[in-house]
Amino acid sequence: MKEERPKILRAYGDRAGDGMIQLSFTLEIVPSAKAKEAARRFAEAHGLDEVLVTCMEQCGPEHSYFVVYGQSRHSVDMARVEVTEADIPDLSKEEIEHRAAEKLGRKIVVVGACTGSDAHTVGIDAILNMKGYAGEKGLEAYKAFTVHNLGAQVENDALLARARAVGADALLVSQVITQRGCHKHNARALVERLIERGERDRFLLLLGGPRIDHKLALSLGFDAGFGPGSLPRHVAVFIVQRMIDQRGLRCSA
Amino acid sequence: MGLIALDQTLVARCRSMAADIAGEVHRFIDAHTTVGVERTVARALGIEGVDPHGTPLVNTLIDRLQRAGMLQRGVAFCLAREMLSRRVDLQLAAEYLAYGEPAANDQAEVSRAAIQAVLVEPTRQALARIDRAREEREQLKRSLAAAETPWKYVIVATGNIHDDAVQARAAAESGADVVAVIRATAQSLLDYVPHGPTTEGVGGTYATQENFRIVRTALDEASRKLGRYVMSTNYSSGLCMSEIAWMGAVERLDMLLNDSMYGILFRDINMRRTFVDQYFSRRIIGRAGIIINTGEDNYLTTADAVEAAHTVLASQFINEAFAHRAGLPDGLIGLGHAYEIDPWLEDSFVMELAQAQLVRQVFPDHPIKWMPPTKHKTGDVFQSHVHDALFSLVGTMTGQSIQLLGMFSEAVHNPLMMDRYLSLKATRYVFNAAKHLGSELVFKPDGRIAARAALVLKQASDLLSTVRSETLWVSIARGAFADVKREPTSGKGLSGVIQKAPDYLNPLLEQLEAA
Repeated sequence: MKEERPKILRAYGDRAGDGMIQLSFTLEIVPSAKAKEAARRFAEAHGLDEVLVTCMEQCGPEHSYFVVYGQSRHSVDMARVEVTEADIPDLSKEEIEHRAAEKLGRKIVVVGACTGSDAHTVGIDAILNMKGYAGEKGLEAYKAFTVHNLGAQVENDALLARARAVGADALLVSQVITQRGCHKHNARALVERLIERGERDRFLLLLGGPRIDHKLALSLGFDAGFGPGSLPRHVAVFIVQRMIDQRGLRCSA
Repeated sequence: MGLIALDQTLVARCRSMAADIAGEVHRFIDAHTTVGVERTVARALGIEGVDPHGTPLVNTLIDRLQRAGMLQRGVAFCLAREMLSRRVDLQLAAEYLAYGEPAANDQAEVSRAAIQAVLVEPTRQALARIDRAREEREQLKRSLAAAETPWKYVIVATGNIHDDAVQARAAAESGADVVAVIRATAQSLLDYVPHGPTTEGVGGTYATQENFRIVRTALDEASRKLGRYVMSTNYSSGLCMSEIAWMGAVERLDMLLNDSMYGILFRDINMRRTFVDQYFSRRIIGRAGIIINTGEDNYLTTADAVEAAHTVLASQFINEAFAHRAGLPDGLIGLGHAYEIDPWLEDSFVMELAQAQLVRQVFPDHPIKWMPPTKHKTGDVFQSHVHDALFSLVGTMTGQSIQLLGMFSEAVHNPLMMDRYLSLKATRYVFNAAKHLGSELVFKPDGRIAARAALVLKQASDLLSTVRSETLWVSIARGAFADVKREPTSGKGLSGVIQKAPDYLNPLLEQLEAA
């Protein structure tokens, strides 16, 4: 086993410890000897020694782009580097697909909706629709999922009826409007309805929205909460992982 | 470039099957209108204004008419009748209908002849506005040098229209032939067009009539300065497809993204709504001489580019058939496709070359839109730059018409000014260095490229045959395109589809169809 040793990292160019890096950037100045000197000083200010400005070209009406090389003075002491493990493993779409195909062997049925009076489908659409969000495809694009996006203003009872009809594994509830706490009210009412009917364990319950976080969702009786910046694959990996875990439980039981 | 020996009988058969497919859908299209179509008619007839909440008058007007069950006769009919019975002009008639006391049910019927007569002049003026904008564009183009194909097409997306104008000028000065302003996230799902200039948008800038004018003005200035005409592009898609087509037509846009199925597949817009809207939008676009860009390239971002290549070709035939039905000549039909095969597959470049050449040959007079790799891009910007260079090489070798430039920061962030500059520089290098390469080469009749092209054509023909027998509605419902399934009664905007009454009136459409 490899031993963890104290280590100071510097950029590696041609030889250990030379600190060599390249940078490219744009400055609002047209090319000139003065502009080149400005770029050199800009690089120095970023901690580079022996700066070489290798390229200066005009790239806009008043702008130039530069490429520079230099020796970075900076280093990182690995003994002081710590990372906190995220709750949700950061897997790519392909990795999630692979894991689901290997461990589950069937499609996961997901039903999503904006419940109550909420007419803002931007969140649920970003997570579920093919087009997705921020360059990432939504759950519809995954082979692992069958998705039913019920859209806006869906009453809790209608959501549950549909979920039962299509044999849903997971319910995604989006709450964008938060006036007078209506998002919490709707969400809590859904959980209460499920408990009344003895169906709470039948579905995974996920809650999303700009004012939602994991802690709030748990406190409302959901299994997970997804706030701003959540991506489709974060939701996907959570569902897949939970499905696998539950299957494991059932198998061992 | 030398040609691949294609089975021309099969190509002709594909075209004829696509015409049948579009024809079947047109039975529905011709019998229906939508709230979007009617708002477009109202705008074209000169109805203007927004209320203090920013709701356009045309929205209030159309929604009220729909609730009153009057829309099946068309907004033109309602406006003309109101004009005649109240003896007011069109704008006031619209305001009465939108904001005034509801008209009594027993309102005296005005003769159809009188209604038609009162609409003649406003309809003539609407068409004249389109024609005047087209003529202005043609004049400016005649006075300036034309860009050589493939046209270099870049995107700006700051969210603020004034910054967009600055970026658009910078892009033009760096060599761009076409500048597109990307739309704000989810505008396609808004059932109204925002009013005036906008300075806040996420993921892009709202498409508004004023924003179109601002960017076109900036590009006119850049064009005159550079002595070269620079084109402007936006999006006629989503729930306001035809309204935006109208705005693009009168504000002199050069291209509009416009697809007969994109909204259905990728935005979950209802298919009935989309089919009716795309028809009217294309009627306007054709009159305006705007080039449409279709969205088949998107299929390959969800489906596999090797396995689903034939769905792109089949969809191109269908998009072409719908466009022909709307009176668009081949020269305005910019069919889309993309360089999206996994770059690490053996011969991925060879397969891309085969597909690009196939599309070029099947649609010889069409301004084909060739999209760069995105799906397999990572944060490795250096590898990304190489990937884009090979894409550009295929573009110039096979004579694609509209080349969207790949950006090395794809998958990282919106392009920085420098990224766009480097992309234009690299593309200029490839286009120039390989300018006559295509015309120096011929394809081996029994080679890999010919075989790949023949296979894709055959599969496309098989798919079209299935679609023709089951109808396009059923094909979309079972996920034939882009692996996406949509039902005829699902999706957004269905409630805005209205069956036309026997006395439905749309003088604008009549004139556009007659021309």
